Amino acid sequence: MMDSPIFGRLTFDDIAPLAVFRNFSLNELVASGAGWLEVFAAVGVVAALTYFRLWGPLWREWLTSQDHKKIGIMYMVLGFVMMARGVAEGVIMRGHLATALDGGILAPEHFAELFSTHGTIMIFFVAMPFITGFMNFLIPLQIGSRDMAFPLMNQISLGMTAAGAMLLLVSLVVGQFETGGWAAYPPFTGAAFQPGVGPDYWIWAIVVSGFGSMLSGINFAVTIYKMRAPGMTYMRMPVFCWTALCTAILLAFAMPPLTVAALMQALDRYLDFHFFTNDLGGNMMNYANLFWMFGHPEVYILILPAYGIYSELTATYSAKTLYGYTSLVLATMCIAVMSFTVWVHHFFTMGNSATVNVAFGIATMLIAIPTGVKMYVWLATLYRGRIRMTVPMIYLGGFMVLFVLGGLSGIILANPTINYQVHNTQFIVAHFHNVILPGVVFATLAGIHMWFPKAFGYRLEEGPARLSAILWIVGFSATFLPLYVVGLLGYPRRSASYTDPVFEPYMIFTALGSLLILAAFATFAWVFWVSWRNRAALAVPLGDPWDGRTLEWATPAPVPEYNFAVIPVIGTREPFAVEKASGRPYVRPDEYEDIRLPAPSGVGFVLCVCAGVFGFAMTWWIWWLAAISLVAIPTVLVVRSFFPDRMVTIPADEVRRDTEAWLRAIDAASGVDRGEELTSANRGFARTDLKEAA
Amino acid sequence: MTDAATNLHPGLNLGPSHGEAHEEAEVVTFGFWVFLMSDLVTFGLFFATFATMWGSTAGGPGPDEIVNLGSIAGQTTLLLASTLTFGFASIAMKYHDAPGRIAMWLGVTALLGAGFVALEVKDFIHMAEIGAVPQRSGYLSAFWSLVGLHGLHVSMGIVFVGVMVLQIYLLGMTSRVKSRLLRLALYWHFLDIVWVGIMSGVFLAGAL
Ligand code: HEM
Ligand SMILES: [Cu+2]
Repeated sequence: MMDSPIFGRLTFDDIAPLAVFRNFSLNELVASGAGWLEVFAAVGVVAALTYFRLWGPLWREWLTSQDHKKIGIMYMVLGFVMMARGVAEGVIMRGHLATALDGGILAPEHFAELFSTHGTIMIFFVAMPFITGFMNFLIPLQIGSRDMAFPLMNQISLGMTAAGAMLLLVSLVVGQFETGGWAAYPPFTGAAFQPGVGPDYWIWAIVVSGFGSMLSGINFAVTIYKMRAPGMTYMRMPVFCWTALCTAILLAFAMPPLTVAALMQALDRYLDFHFFTNDLGGNMMNYANLFWMFGHPEVYILILPAYGIYSELTATYSAKTLYGYTSLVLATMCIAVMSFTVWVHHFFTMGNSATVNVAFGIATMLIAIPTGVKMYVWLATLYRGRIRMTVPMIYLGGFMVLFVLGGLSGIILANPTINYQVHNTQFIVAHFHNVILPGVVFATLAGIHMWFPKAFGYRLEEGPARLSAILWIVGFSATFLPLYVVGLLGYPRRSASYTDPVFEPYMIFTALGSLLILAAFATFAWVFWVSWRNRAALAVPLGDPWDGRTLEWATPAPVPEYNFAVIPVIGTREPFAVEKASGRPYVRPDEYEDIRLPAPSGVGFVLCVCAGVFGFAMTWWIWWLAAISLVAIPTVLVVRSFFPDRMVTIPADEVRRDTEAWLRAIDAASGVDRGEELTSANRGFARTDLKEAA
Repeated sequence: MTDAATNLHPGLNLGPSHGEAHEEAEVVTFGFWVFLMSDLVTFGLFFATFATMWGSTAGGPGPDEIVNLGSIAGQTTLLLASTLTFGFASIAMKYHDAPGRIAMWLGVTALLGAGFVALEVKDFIHMAEIGAVPQRSGYLSAFWSLVGLHGLHVSMGIVFVGVMVLQIYLLGMTSRVKSRLLRLALYWHFLDIVWVGIMSGVFLAGAL
């Protein structure tokens, strides 16, 4: 094959949306149609930004911002954009499987591409941005800090994640993705079996975004270690910060195995090395070990912050101090440590000795103990609490029931002998969706409902949000619980068609279930829309709509960019709740100081573009472009290091004026009772019924 | 002053105390330590992969054909000496605050580092000549990437040393420049420790 020196191996024929004109079939129509849809969506966004003259504000207030809250929100937006594609792919796959008795509407190759992009997107570009977004938004607010330890690095991390996501989006339109699943196991994804661009898209999306996640981990860990407000000892930190700290450590130490695995795969593919090839001493088992040394901790990277969110909302919406704070903290640490000791359970059947399998099986089962501790802690917190069945509590209810089920199926899988029966069947698909959806996705949606007012200053409409929550729970159950049965009946995972008619009714049923999930997702989008339209009535400028307990609720909504007018001094575990219970919340600062914050910077965005271009150029063998973009990255950083960090100063007078105005509004307001918190009487000033606090 | 007040972060402190700069250095230095530990995981994984591929020579050249202990002794000497000279640069910064002296020791460090890289490249060229290329076997792939990864780190370190010498002259000995030199020192010593691992686990073990 001759490659052009300018375009590498990229040719006109690689533009996927045009394929349908060359070769018409239903399969091509779906593939090209998706490509067209994405192109139209991109054009639509550009047109809308231009029409509403939003480019300037977008650049000045968002893309160049170093504010941890805005970066957190941008992570969430990225997650939602990618989730739209991920959910659509899930539904298309289920639609295909409903027709897949002896065939189906899609070509097997196309189905394989779908589960590969779907899995990659959902894990790396939906779940990861969601939890990173929450950690960004909440950590500094909860520990009483003005920002992250490294605001610019934070921006760069976001840029890297976004660059990886862009590569996945581009792969739908230019070329194709790999077909080896989200774990991209060689040698199947090696040059011998998949010489095309698919695995290369995966490699560079993973390397670029994985590097960003590692940097985020360092940033979060240092922020929590070094930036806590005076008096906030470790055992006074909110539980979410504890889970975030453990997650941060996992990120810093579990992302390197992924990056290493992907880079070694790149060496195999690009330079003909023999790490994982079938010949010349390559050994695929090294890949399995490396990948799952990342992969298992990864599931705890996702679930620990979710546990943190559930902990916070359990206490808040039952108006009780979290029962067993210490055991929750210990359980979190145990899980974080143990998560590094179980990775082999992902390949019990690949020929380990029985001793190895038994050791890893037992290690896996042990994780259920600290997880069980958590479940009991939440239940004990709810017990005799003044529970309000608001949207987050609906998600919590769904989580508690469904997650226990998912956890139990995990214990079943941890038994190597049973694992031999069900591995690579739909039982696995049921299991991991069962823990990820009620665990991570429900926590995200519940957390958005809880903290959205903090970020934007108005609540989300309760009615449609409840509908969405119920649709998520029912939709999840209908889509995935039957797959346990299908799996036990022996239907393999990642299989594009089947011959046994016994599967058909299940497949049709779960396809219908997936439509409910689609409806739930659409309803959630609609919630944003109606809430935005109704934002005046839903506004909660005083900042504490749910009678919150931790520090972030003691600020106005939306939070000013400096977070706290004066850095608080912490004397107890739930400072705001204690102040409220003792009748003296909203302490007036004695004096105000000028506040210095990092000025906007384009560095993160520039690096995002460089990294994205580098990934694309490497994928298509456009060597000159790859070299330029690769060299550009350190050059930008080095050049910048010669200039002082630019700062903006917010004068003390301005801080005083805003804070005093806010405090006067609070004095003038009469608190809203818990019974009325869903009415427009709720302006964010709670008439507390917290009697006890830690 | 108590120990906690003088030693805010693990590593060489810049001086008894200088307020805000001290606090800032504490955060960035701690962050850099976490980064180094993360990097250590990366090296550990390349080591582990190398260990599992020890016998995967697929009939190609094995350890006994590619290890040149004479050259390794030279490389080790150069690298260990460079860590010593970087130590002199740090001491010059801490006790004398003399840009010329610091830059001189940094220059010597970079030269020694460059000598190390040159010897390493020479070994690699020789290996290529006898057909011990990374494409030949899993063992050689692992060998080249582990040793090469370290060499790449050292080369980047040399570039950083150059950048820092420029900053010493262009920006002066500001607290930011000092704190960067401090972190560069950590990086340089860290690579030394990794090299000791490579020297023992790859070369000495290979010569046995
Ligand atoms: C929203 C509704 C969803 C639907 C309808 C759906 C559907 C599917 C289907 C049909 C498969 C392929 C199963 C097979 O190949 O046998 C799959 C795989 C997968 N899904 Fe989902 N899914 C959904 C949500 C999620 C979420 C939220 C996540 C994670 C955050 C996720 C992660 C994965 C992963 C990791 C795979 C494995 C891909 C692979 O085999 O490599 N999914 N999903
Ligand atoms: Cu696992």
